[in-house]
Amino acid sequence: MSGFSQVVRGQAVERPPYPRSPLRYGFIPILMFAHGCAGIQSTLEPTGAEARQIATLFWVMVIGGSVVWLAVIGTLLYAARWKGEPHSAQSAGRLILWGGAIFPAVVLMALLAYALWLMPSLRPQSGEPPSAPLRIEVTGEQFWWRVSYRSKNHEASIASANEIRLPLGQRVEFVLKSSDVIHSFWIPSLGGKMDMIPGRTNRLSLLATKVGIFRGPCAEYCGTSHTLMAFYAMVMDPAAFDIWLEAQSQPSEELASDGKLRFISNGCGSCHTVHGTEATGTLGPDLTHLGSRESLAAGILPNTEEAIRRFIADPDVIKPGSKMPAFRMLPEDDLQAIASYLKGLK
Amino acid sequence: MRIIPNEMESLWTLFTAPVVWALHFLICYVSVAVYCAKSSQISFGFDVVRLGVVLVTIMALALIAMSGLLAWRQWGFGTHDPPHDDPTRHDRELFQGFATLLLSGLSFVAVIYVAMPLLFIAECSP
Ligand code: HEC
Ligand SMILES: [Cu+2]
Repeated sequence: MSGFSQVVRGQAVERPPYPRSPLRYGFIPILMFAHGCAGIQSTLEPTGAEARQIATLFWVMVIGGSVVWLAVIGTLLYAARWKGEPHSAQSAGRLILWGGAIFPAVVLMALLAYALWLMPSLRPQSGEPPSAPLRIEVTGEQFWWRVSYRSKNHEASIASANEIRLPLGQRVEFVLKSSDVIHSFWIPSLGGKMDMIPGRTNRLSLLATKVGIFRGPCAEYCGTSHTLMAFYAMVMDPAAFDIWLEAQSQPSEELASDGKLRFISNGCGSCHTVHGTEATGTLGPDLTHLGSRESLAAGILPNTEEAIRRFIADPDVIKPGSKMPAFRMLPEDDLQAIASYLKGLK
Repeated sequence: MRIIPNEMESLWTLFTAPVVWALHFLICYVSVAVYCAKSSQISFGFDVVRLGVVLVTIMALALIAMSGLLAWRQWGFGTHDPPHDDPTRHDRELFQGFATLLLSGLSFVAVIYVAMPLLFIAECSP
């Protein structure tokens, strides 16, 4: 023990090679950290019941960890600077036993117990429908999200893609699946993440406590365009949500255009469904109400006519590895007409 | 015949506590996983599994405590101070006893940590 403190004491006299006060730059990581705390995709700005508990857990752990860290650094400084007599072997041994074994074991046990105690409420189980009034089935696909709503007000399930809407203050049960590789479903503002595993059905229940638009990334590496796989989650007033869901269950109103003909004649319908037309493919996302979604191509493009045109022409450039074939050989007015038709599907 | 041997001759006593810890870990995780996978075909409730794991935990803690007690004895009940680094049979024994005692302490705490989730998790997820 005493040998150790002498060595450290010896070194402390020499000037370190870096600038005298490294604290001067301390604000940089703090700023970076603080920047990540706010926004539409942040665990630390919770807008859901589960996310709030996770945020509390986070702060308890940070504060607990900081106290331990300060105690360790304090002891280190004391050992390095203190100029008194070395401790007797007996009191040093006692310090190691209490400070190095018993104290950490008790603190870790308390923190572990707290985290475990939170667990059941972080993963509430709403049970099988009809007890859960709204169930949203989300299937991870390379590199987009297949979405299907099942509500007690509707006989059939309502198909959608790449966007999730949920009513404020109502528990929603998510049924999570995958059609190819492991993905992970995560809306940090609302709750914890849950893996989507091929051949399995995982469940997650979320309760949103604030109206707004939030973002969810795919949280498990799933292939080349994994980082281009995200979605927006909209928390709506329950009344507005019911009206929206009712509209989703109907075909979109059609504007007079020949875009629909070109959409059909170019074979888009073999992979995409547009309700009320002969397009009934299910390999790609349902496009029935594409025009009213917040974003395009799983959260990566703004939903504008121009972006739709670009995506139809060059999906392989915008999203490498995507299963959507490129249609850059189509004449410009075909692309334009199809894009404006799709944008019109509200 | 004595149940508790007079002397520690083998290096294997060193590993008793960690082996109990490992077995306890396996029993906890395997029993809960199998129960939850087959719960539809099993007639008793999850609480039976929890109670079973509590019993296994008590047994594991008792075994580890016994291993620790024997180690303490081998170490001379703390009458000798480490380091036991003389090349003598006596020091080898003291060293092994001390190391076994520390491992027993670690395993004791670890077994408690492993069993703790069962206090809070009361059902299989659907
Ligand atoms: C081989 C099947 C296939 C064909 C044919 C196909 N698509 Fe796609 N399409 C997909 C897949 C798969 C995706 C999802 C791509 C991704 O995001 O990874 C997609 C995505 C899209 C999207 C973005 C959807 C969203 O939710 O944001 C649009 C728009 C689109 N396709 C339009 C078309 C048009 C127009 C045609 C015909 C010219 C067409 N697709 C032909 C498979 C296909
Ligand atoms: Cu993914």
